[in-house]
Amino acid sequence: MSPDRSASSINNRGRPLDKQAQYNDTVVRQFSIVVVVWGLVGMAVGLFIAAQMIWPQLNMDLPFLSFGRLRPLHTNAVIFAFGGSALFATSYYVVQRTCHVRLAFDKLAAFTFWGWQLIIVLAAITLPLGITQSKEYAELEWPIDLLIAVVWVAYAIVFFGTVMKRRVKHIYVANWFYGAFIITVAILHIFNNLAVPVTLFKSYTIYTGVVDAMMQWWYGHNAVGFFLTAGFLGMMYYFVPKQAGRPVYSYRLSVVHFWSLIAVYMWAGPHHLHYTSLPDWAQTLGMVFSVILLAPSWGGMINGIMTLSGAWHKLRSDPILKFMIVALSFYGMSTFEGPMMSIKTVNALSHYTNWTIGHVHSGALGWVAMMTIGSIYCLLPRLYNRDGMYSTKLIDVHFWTSTIGVVLYAVSMWIAGVTEGLMWRAVNDDGTLTYSFVESLKAIEPYHYLRLLGGLIFFAGMCVMAYNVFKTVTQQKAVPVAVLDPA
Amino acid sequence: MPAFWHWFIAIGTVVFIIWCAWLISWSAKQGPQNVADEDLVGHKWDGDLEEWNNPAPKWWLYLYFITIIWGVGYLIAYPGLGAFEGALDWSQHNQYEAEMAAAAERYDPIYEDFAAMEFEELSRHPEANQLGASLYASYCTTCHGSDARGAAGYPNLTDDDWLWGDSEAQIVSTIANGRVAVMPALAPALGGDEGTANMVRYVRSLSGIEEADSGAASMQPMFVALCSACHMADGTGNPMLGAPNLTDDVWLYGSSSDAIMTALVHGRNGVMPAHGDLLGTNRSKILAAYVYNLSAAERQAD
Repeated sequence: MSPDRSASSINNRGRPLDKQAQYNDTVVRQFSIVVVVWGLVGMAVGLFIAAQMIWPQLNMDLPFLSFGRLRPLHTNAVIFAFGGSALFATSYYVVQRTCHVRLAFDKLAAFTFWGWQLIIVLAAITLPLGITQSKEYAELEWPIDLLIAVVWVAYAIVFFGTVMKRRVKHIYVANWFYGAFIITVAILHIFNNLAVPVTLFKSYTIYTGVVDAMMQWWYGHNAVGFFLTAGFLGMMYYFVPKQAGRPVYSYRLSVVHFWSLIAVYMWAGPHHLHYTSLPDWAQTLGMVFSVILLAPSWGGMINGIMTLSGAWHKLRSDPILKFMIVALSFYGMSTFEGPMMSIKTVNALSHYTNWTIGHVHSGALGWVAMMTIGSIYCLLPRLYNRDGMYSTKLIDVHFWTSTIGVVLYAVSMWIAGVTEGLMWRAVNDDGTLTYSFVESLKAIEPYHYLRLLGGLIFFAGMCVMAYNVFKTVTQQKAVPVAVLDPA
Repeated sequence: MPAFWHWFIAIGTVVFIIWCAWLISWSAKQGPQNVADEDLVGHKWDGDLEEWNNPAPKWWLYLYFITIIWGVGYLIAYPGLGAFEGALDWSQHNQYEAEMAAAAERYDPIYEDFAAMEFEELSRHPEANQLGASLYASYCTTCHGSDARGAAGYPNLTDDDWLWGDSEAQIVSTIANGRVAVMPALAPALGGDEGTANMVRYVRSLSGIEEADSGAASMQPMFVALCSACHMADGTGNPMLGAPNLTDDVWLYGSSSDAIMTALVHGRNGVMPAHGDLLGTNRSKILAAYVYNLSAAERQAD
């Protein structure tokens, strides 16, 4: 790895640097640290509810410990607290480095950090109390939604403000993806959450019936498409070539797959509503565009993997690159699996089963978390004036625990899901169902144990990361880094 | 569908598909001007970030192109372009109707043959029982349990105690039309806490699980006045109303003083949902016969 310590707070004439000549890494450091904290919290809640699937009595008959309340806490914590903080941290870092300017609006950037943390804390309080809109991944009630909207607009102003004052003509590809993610998430969030408040803690959506369902999954799938895909592709496009020390494989491929991805993802939502009261035409369009989405999704994987190609020897010594290559592999696998599951005949088997849970986690743990972890390991030494993390060996340990954990998780849920799907549709010669529901539950019980084990191993890796990060950031004092002049 | 929305959806879809196809052709033909394929594009960021101008892999472009062609074909065959219904005339409603018709043609004769049998004979028929057991597993276990022994509020189906009667017509009606049993909250009429507590002990004494002391025995006239309309003066209940027999030591909600107190203070609402629309007449009878047979052992022992 090339140390990125080209600068200090003193310029070459011996005078202190003007603030505008330094990167704003304070906010990047703050977001990077909370990534690890919220990752631990979110995954711990996930472990707890995975254990509840085996031992339901773990809810201890307390409403705020029940599965129905903790499950949204888990999803919100890992997606918006862990993933969201990672996107803030890396986008703020990347946009400064690739625009060759300090981040725009220091105070607004600081506001986005504290605002986002406040939102997370409010979510952690309200969700266990059962205060919810009952919209998946959009559970938070209207006052928090308003706060999210304000923070998000501030985020957009900081990000695009930085892009606008860039000192290079071309906008780097990572910023296209970050930009698309920021704009689209604003639109998705605002329109899906339009509601009439009744009290401080209760509101009713303005959409009715099947329109509400359609809006929800237009939001829900694009939360995957833009929050968890486009945003993390932005991360990939900076940190993979940086860590590999090689140019991006194909500029042309990035153009085609970027414009395809953002155009096509928008249509995919209705595949969550196959064989429901959603009109046939909407189901069909959701399915057709989901299948067309395969190639645009794979474009990012190809560009990432081909960028690494030629640096394969580095995989022997650099566990950060291993995180990235495995993340890209899981990305490719999930984005193949997704279009397949969107096909009606496949969906008729997979829908409502644990296959969906397996699919989500191969994306969320395999792609999102591993790309985040790799990027944070790449980023932290640069933020704390070091050549590398405290321990490369521990990164390697983390890599293997993560990989084994996610494989156990995904495989167990795939087997469980297909088992459920087949048992639910099995029919006797007399036309009756072969299995009762509880028999299918009994059949997948072993896989619940295996899933818990996979999650436990993945979580153990996160604990190793927390230790490594703690050692890294406490041993060396962070110093300001001078803005690099464009080449 | 209004014409505006039809054209909005259809044109929007076509425009996006053309957009994808155009991107493929753009990528296949050209990169940035004056940069040869497989050369660096020439932009540079953050010291060392650069890009090759490699063309997108051929196999990837073909994959993309094939999915688009497939998508166009699918949109011709199936409903998707606004109000256009598709060349195959497919709809999920038609698919459902067709699958249900095929199943009816295949399975209905089986159900008809069984339903034509006399009820007692049907209840002892091994194959009918197997069919009934599958129906029971699908429709009944959630409340009555896999072993049919019920739970608090959900009757045990293996004993020979019948809240709504054990004739063929009564059991079939219970399954097909459902049942609603209402026990009103009567505590306010029982003379305060003491009267309610006395009534609890009186009710328990009817089944002989508690000796009636003088306080409990004094509730007998009030029982006749308030409870006999449903449970009868002697407490033996009324299957017309689903009012339990209070003298047989079989307890739907439990025999504890607390459970009986809850019934008196808050009342009870027992609901058996109707399954006639799901099962139809024939299968309702087969299931009724199966349920009747669950208590055959106890019936013979009596």
